[in-house]
Amino acid sequence: MREIVIISGKGGTGKTSLTAAFAALAKNSVLCDADVDAADLHLLMQPEIRQQTDFMGGGIAVINPDLCIGCGTCMELCRFEAITDRFEVDTIRCEGCGVCVDFCPEKAIDFPTKRCGEWYLSDTRFGPMVHARLGIAEENSGKLVSLIRKEVRQLAEERGADLVITDGPPGIGCPVIASIGGATALVIVVEPTVSGIHDMERVVELAAHFRVPGMVCVNKWDLNPEMTEAIEQLAIKHNVAVLGRVPFDPAFTRSMVAGKTLFEYGEPTATQQQVRDIWAKIINSPSMNPLGIMDFKSTIQ
Amino acid sequence: MIISVASGKGGTGKTTISTNMALALGSGVEFLDCDVEEPNAHLFLKPVIERTELVTTPIPLVDLEKCTYCRKCSAICRFNAITVVSHKVLIFPELCHSCGGCMVVCPEGAITETGRELGEINFGARNGIRFINGRLRVGESMSPPLIKRVRSEADPEKVTIIDAPPGTSCPVIAAMNGADFVLMVTEPTPFGLHDLKLAVETVKLLGIPSGLVVNRSDIGDQEVFAYAEREQLPVLLTIPFERRIAEAYSQGRSIVEEFPEWKERFCELFHKIETIIQKRSTTV
Ligand code: SF4
Ligand code: SF4
Ligand code: SF4
Ligand code: SF4
Repeated sequence: MREIVIISGKGGTGKTSLTAAFAALAKNSVLCDADVDAADLHLLMQPEIRQQTDFMGGGIAVINPDLCIGCGTCMELCRFEAITDRFEVDTIRCEGCGVCVDFCPEKAIDFPTKRCGEWYLSDTRFGPMVHARLGIAEENSGKLVSLIRKEVRQLAEERGADLVITDGPPGIGCPVIASIGGATALVIVVEPTVSGIHDMERVVELAAHFRVPGMVCVNKWDLNPEMTEAIEQLAIKHNVAVLGRVPFDPAFTRSMVAGKTLFEYGEPTATQQQVRDIWAKIINSPSMNPLGIMDFKSTIQ
Repeated sequence: MIISVASGKGGTGKTTISTNMALALGSGVEFLDCDVEEPNAHLFLKPVIERTELVTTPIPLVDLEKCTYCRKCSAICRFNAITVVSHKVLIFPELCHSCGGCMVVCPEGAITETGRELGEINFGARNGIRFINGRLRVGESMSPPLIKRVRSEADPEKVTIIDAPPGTSCPVIAAMNGADFVLMVTEPTPFGLHDLKLAVETVKLLGIPSGLVVNRSDIGDQEVFAYAEREQLPVLLTIPFERRIAEAYSQGRSIVEEFPEWKERFCELFHKIETIIQKRSTTV
């Protein structure tokens, strides 16, 4: 089984729209939305939820005012300034380290585990999908990403699917690290802007750090052809495959408004063909076909 | 006065808005780029960086001479960052949250602290605008401590504009908590609206007044405006999609410097925010 993770470093480069378009092309695959912090893929996939499971995070401190004698030990030990002058826990600041719990001389502090979100097994018109929703202002996004990636692999195995397509989170921090470890390859969607190229460099470095091969595709390339050129040169320099270019096309936004993928919206267009070509390059790439096994394409289409 | 510029969804133009507002206000403003995973504001503000500091977070260091392998440290650690196996104490620095619990619990005083590098913080200036950003080390997963470090540089005497990271989880909270105003930037698309709703919930939880900028206001649909009205979220500025703006942005050129008519609109945006903050402080 192979897993491609679509990431971008910078948000808003069209990562999710492209992920959805790829999903429309890959017949025998399973989808995963690992952007748990601001999950959007379901807006295009309209998944039917089959199973919903709570995601339990770590504990959080709760002081019982009836037992507390106001000795101040907890406040002194808490490194996250989470205990207020009135000996109440600021749940937003509490890191869940439990140190105050263990050291309170009156055993006045409880440490209940918190429901941090939920995750779903669903069906979509393009096959099964695993997605999640992290609660507002919650921590542990990396843990939730690891959990749903484990689930999606298991699901793919059960269904005999050869490919997992994962929509990754933006940035280079904890959820991104959780979403790329052990992936077969990364598809990095870049926009041709100074920010885009800057963020791509950091993502490419991250990919190298975790030894996952990367491939780059420039979205909205015609907004700045020189920058597109520079991005592709940079990719080649870092040994990252260049997949191709997608033009700035309002059809992406229009199909999004309609809740559809690019391929389900309007008449066939040149943009659609370009995305098809990019997809063909991805599945024919050496990273997706190690050891020269070339039957992969036939198993997913 | 601290104004945090945020957006649930990335790529809506948060950095464009924050940097242009800073440039429009000019000298005396302070700018903190708290999007430490992908800091971009310097590409538009073009500050001269005067100095750089490494930022570390404390992690335990065990003196095996003193250690009796009692396992109390591993028992207290909620993050599985320290374990004792026979006559060894293993530390997993990337899992450590720097809570200091192991150090306090160790009966032998065998634990001291050393630093794990989180990234760096840069200090600079441009035309009287004070500039500070954080850059997370590639491969480092914990951004909140670095964001908090950048935040601690805010000068309470100044107007501080913060470029916050995208999303709604811990990094964003670290960048927004304690701000006087959160300016949310969105685009009028289903993705933009969906993520805006999450951002609005986050801001409500923190109890900070907020307002909205709708970028590329003529693409997509009208749902964002209807939502803003329902939520009584003031729309403080709309920026239509213009290819020349998108192209200038792609080259790292700012809107206010490129198209002077925008300078006044960004100053106006700031004054609207100022008025909201003042009104609130007189009613509370
Ligand atoms: S350590 Fe326990 S008793 Fe002391 S102030 Fe904290 S909660 Fe109260
Ligand atoms: S659990 Fe840790 S972070 Fe939370 S209040 Fe207690 S000491 Fe502070
Ligand atoms: S608590 Fe201290 S003495 Fe006990 S195992 Fe840990 S380091 Fe060693
Ligand atoms: S400082 Fe806290 S998180 Fe780090 S190893 Fe010690 S107990 Fe664990």
